[in-house]
Amino acid sequence: MTRYTQPTTFYTKDHEWVTVHNDLATVGITHYAENALGDIVFVELPEVGAEFAPGDDMAVVESVKAASDVYAPIHGKVVEVNPALGDKPETVNESPTEKGWFCVLEIKDGAEIAGLMDEAAYKAYCETL
Amino acid sequence: MGETTTETLKRTPLYDLHEECGAKLVPFAGYEMPVQFPDGVMEEHNWTRAHAGLFDVSHMGPCFLTLEDGIGGGDEAHAKIAAMIEELVPSDITSLKQGQARLTVLLNEEGGILDDLIITRPIGDDAQGSLYIVVNGAMKEQDWAIFEEKLAGRAVLTRADDRILFALQGPEAADVMKDFFPGCEDLKFMHHMPFELNGTRCIVSRCGYTGEDGFEVLVKPEAGLPLVREMLTDERVKPIGLGARDSLRLEAGLCLYGHDLDPATSPIEADLGWVIQKRRREAGDFPGAERILRERSEGPARKRVGIKPLERAPAREGTEIFIGDEKVGVITSGGFGPTVGHPVAMGYIASAHTEPGTEVQLMVRGKARPAVVADLPFVPHNYKR
Repeated sequence: MTRYTQPTTFYTKDHEWVTVHNDLATVGITHYAENALGDIVFVELPEVGAEFAPGDDMAVVESVKAASDVYAPIHGKVVEVNPALGDKPETVNESPTEKGWFCVLEIKDGAEIAGLMDEAAYKAYCETL
Repeated sequence: MGETTTETLKRTPLYDLHEECGAKLVPFAGYEMPVQFPDGVMEEHNWTRAHAGLFDVSHMGPCFLTLEDGIGGGDEAHAKIAAMIEELVPSDITSLKQGQARLTVLLNEEGGILDDLIITRPIGDDAQGSLYIVVNGAMKEQDWAIFEEKLAGRAVLTRADDRILFALQGPEAADVMKDFFPGCEDLKFMHHMPFELNGTRCIVSRCGYTGEDGFEVLVKPEAGLPLVREMLTDERVKPIGLGARDSLRLEAGLCLYGHDLDPATSPIEADLGWVIQKRRREAGDFPGAERILRERSEGPARKRVGIKPLERAPAREGTEIFIGDEKVGVITSGGFGPTVGHPVAMGYIASAHTEPGTEVQLMVRGKARPAVVADLPFVPHNYKR
């Protein structure tokens, strides 16, 4: 199993990004996702300590129009959530892949990373949509 | 939002223009309609409150109801057609002045609301045997079938939903409109005037569903398409989608049929008792009058109110309202209000708890979130009275 000693970013078909660094994975939504959602007015983040399996509802983003679930990309335990999103949910629109991160997961099964897309694969995937 | 996916979607005469403007199209009331343009819902909402937003509402149900024995006949003809429609709605249509319009509700025999609609008395002695009526897009087939059945042999229904119906809403709407329809800027809220445009007759009404001053225009496509194109070149005007239409009407405390109103709900429960004028209340001569008048005097079991969530989480349609362990109501429309900068909602709550300021809890995804009962509208109406 590859161990990522440098931060390396992967993607899911649900338009989440996952930056893996050693035992931790930082998760957010992609530019494609924030653009499709529109103006984000609320983000409900998981609680620190919560554990998720791939596909579990992990967070909720609310735009003016509707609420959308954000799924856990891998098995993991939440060790940190982005405190900036409470007062400034629009950060997700402004900086989806940097300041607009959602949470940091402690990776339970590093082998699952191999099931995610790298940047080239994700780009190709978006072009099919 | 009344989505329809199983049948073939219809397109309004402005469909190509929506595509040119970069609209994101969604199914709505059987039509492919723009939910937003590239600016996005928030910007479109704010633009309409500050300038002028142009909405395609051609999916709605404009129609004319005309006496079987002819459109002319002055006041006598108006009295006759008004009496017919009053069999179906509880408002005083007879007393409308020429050019005046009224919001009303179509009722079932139990006093439940089948649709909300606007009825206008035309201008001109040669048109008094007729009424101009606009019903909701999603309900038009039902409503028109009711008109035809109940008024068979007495009145003729003419659909006008092959035309363009658009709304121009916002504080700069009148300034934009007066260049195209000179004199329309003097119209008062809920009044209309006919105009000639490139040889075709069109109807300009001062009304709308955003809480702002504004107009609705019914016009044939051949004259309407160039008109809308030209209006959109004005820097004060932007096209606005259904997303912002929903947040605008919600802030304005206006009901959306199928969400805030339905066949089980009476006008008294919906806090629309004001659509029933005195003459009709005293006569009690409308469908479901017994229930409606009883609820009016004794108070309904539940009532529509504004709900203001105190945190940032919006409460959507279907969210249950609690006080402690007791479920006291349900949200029927909810989202974020860009003008007020916080979530806004409306819903039905047991009559004991309808006082503004009453503290309630909203169950959002299993968590109790604090909220209060609030006065409607959230944003004051800016109508030209």
